[in-house]
Amino acid sequence: MNLWENNLKGLCEHLYRMMVRIRFCEESFIEPILQKQIKCPVHLCSGQEAIAAGICACLSGKDYIWGTHRSHGHYLAKGGDLNALVAEVYGKETGCSRGRGGSMHICDPEKGVVGAAPIVAGTISLAMGAALASKIRKENRVSVSFFGDGATGEGVLFESLNFAAIYNLPVLFVCENNLYSTHMPISKCRPNTEIFRIAEPFDIYSIRVDGNAVMSVYQETKKCLELLKNGKGPVFMECLTYRLRGHVGPDDNIQGKHIDIRKEAEVEAWREKDPIPNFETYLKDKEILSDSEMEGIRTEEMGRIDSAHEYAKNSPFPKPEDLERYVFK
Amino acid sequence: MYSNNRKIKYCKAVNEAFHQILKLDESVFLIGQGVTSPWYVGNTTSDLIDSFGTERIIDTPVSENAVTGAAVGAAIVGMKPIVVHPRLDFMAYAMDPIINEASNWMYMSGGRTNVPMVIWGIINRGGEQAAQHSQSWHSLFAHIPGIKVVMPSNPYDAKGLMISAIDDPNPVLYIDDRWLYGIEGIVPEKIYKVPIGVGDIAQEGTDVTIVACSYQVRLAIKAAFELRKSGIEAEIIDLRTIKPLDENLIINSVLKTGRMAIIDGGWKSYGIAAEISALVFEKAFGKMKTPIIRVTLPDVPAPASSVLENSYYIKVSTITSAIEKLVD
Repeated sequence: MNLWENNLKGLCEHLYRMMVRIRFCEESFIEPILQKQIKCPVHLCSGQEAIAAGICACLSGKDYIWGTHRSHGHYLAKGGDLNALVAEVYGKETGCSRGRGGSMHICDPEKGVVGAAPIVAGTISLAMGAALASKIRKENRVSVSFFGDGATGEGVLFESLNFAAIYNLPVLFVCENNLYSTHMPISKCRPNTEIFRIAEPFDIYSIRVDGNAVMSVYQETKKCLELLKNGKGPVFMECLTYRLRGHVGPDDNIQGKHIDIRKEAEVEAWREKDPIPNFETYLKDKEILSDSEMEGIRTEEMGRIDSAHEYAKNSPFPKPEDLERYVFK
Repeated sequence: MYSNNRKIKYCKAVNEAFHQILKLDESVFLIGQGVTSPWYVGNTTSDLIDSFGTERIIDTPVSENAVTGAAVGAAIVGMKPIVVHPRLDFMAYAMDPIINEASNWMYMSGGRTNVPMVIWGIINRGGEQAAQHSQSWHSLFAHIPGIKVVMPSNPYDAKGLMISAIDDPNPVLYIDDRWLYGIEGIVPEKIYKVPIGVGDIAQEGTDVTIVACSYQVRLAIKAAFELRKSGIEAEIIDLRTIKPLDENLIINSVLKTGRMAIIDGGWKSYGIAAEISALVFEKAFGKMKTPIIRVTLPDVPAPASSVLENSYYIKVSTITSAIEKLVD
């Protein structure tokens, strides 16, 4: 894992670019959703970019990642094709899943974005199976399982922790704890909100990370991967974060507004911890990137997003007569 | 067709398929409860651990959901796992990885990723084992798009269908009935396939078509033998695969006989007997001389007491008396 060794500026540029790409991409979906040009359910990860960017920056192309209903960020951070993602959300034939999957089933297998699924905890055991395959084939690949805090209510997570521990599988369990399982606060879901402790009874090394601090996520992931590569897996990582949008769609779920869930003061407090402005301050203070360099990255990424929407809008829809394709190979 | 007339038991035929395929293809592995035990899954996994080691013969804790999911994940990244459920009943815990993930994955990735795996479930019934140690859920799985379901009735098909299932690029549910494990039959020593989706005429006849699969084919053969004494010539269709169904084989047979009895070891309502009845109604309407008969389990959980068990499971006499009334 020496991808960025002795190249702090290159690393920071990459992390910043990736977070900006994810944020711009997510926010770019809002207008087309409101205009009903996008019809499938879209779970935005605005506010959670640092986790995807920090973790995936440590991975190599051959490593696997598995996601959830909220996985645009994971997909992009691992190198997934932007045009194909946007086209998929529009339900187009040129989408990464040919318009059969939508926002919740995105994949780019050649880039190691194996797949994503909205059944809560549904891909955890699959990620573990990919790690098992890596072990059987002696490939030294790592498999990363992204899931939310809601998944800690599912039994299969605990079965998977146990199984992965017994066989020392190279799987990184990443719990993105954004404090809400759809509408329900984590404190009402669990008697103890220190999620990383759930791995301890399985003798799994587990840590809690500030999921909004991209450099911390990156540094801690590097340590976790060392363990995995040395056959000391699995590892469990809880990343504390917050989604700036609501569970699904553009609604921000602030009390008193359309869907009453979260207190305005709480959302405001987390806006202060927005990972992107905080990283900008860090980069400026440390004199790693200048204002104009960051602006240049933002302009480039905005251009990419715009052309991805153009690409998607100009792409054909799947043909109705192809409805029954792809059930079997 | 046969390279010799070697006879072996059904369970040894399955075992031989594993030995040969594991040796031939390094991406195949076997995972599930009891695969290293001398008795857990009959003799089907005998000596595999000695030949292929713990990395490819993986005995697991009781975690059907995670273990099945692990097999699905390994298949998605290019392995060919066989995940075993020594008792079908326990597979309920694995419904999510089977139905939501394995069966849908190919479609929801727009054809970019297939799931080449075998989910092997064993029906293990009788002996007063009661409701949770007896169930036959094949129809339930056959309802799901994206998964194939095979059910062999004899040692030859058991080996050939297992090899086809492992080689198939899609998830295949291989269901066998433990009552078949001791049955002997001719099995070639070489590797061969029995095609998925192709049924077999186990016996030709002109008066009535009996459709069955798995252990029920054996009951049908015995019933046909009895029926001949009353002058009734039954044609027996062994489905071998219940999804996708060999529709032409069934339709062509009923066009010839004009009568049909479906024998199924599952429950009556919404089962394969109902599915095949609908198929015949759609494609051979007006050609049938008599109503269709369904001989199935009643819509009742499996009982414990052997007195009740005796009434519960299908008997040869139930089949013969139903068909005698039909042809009369």
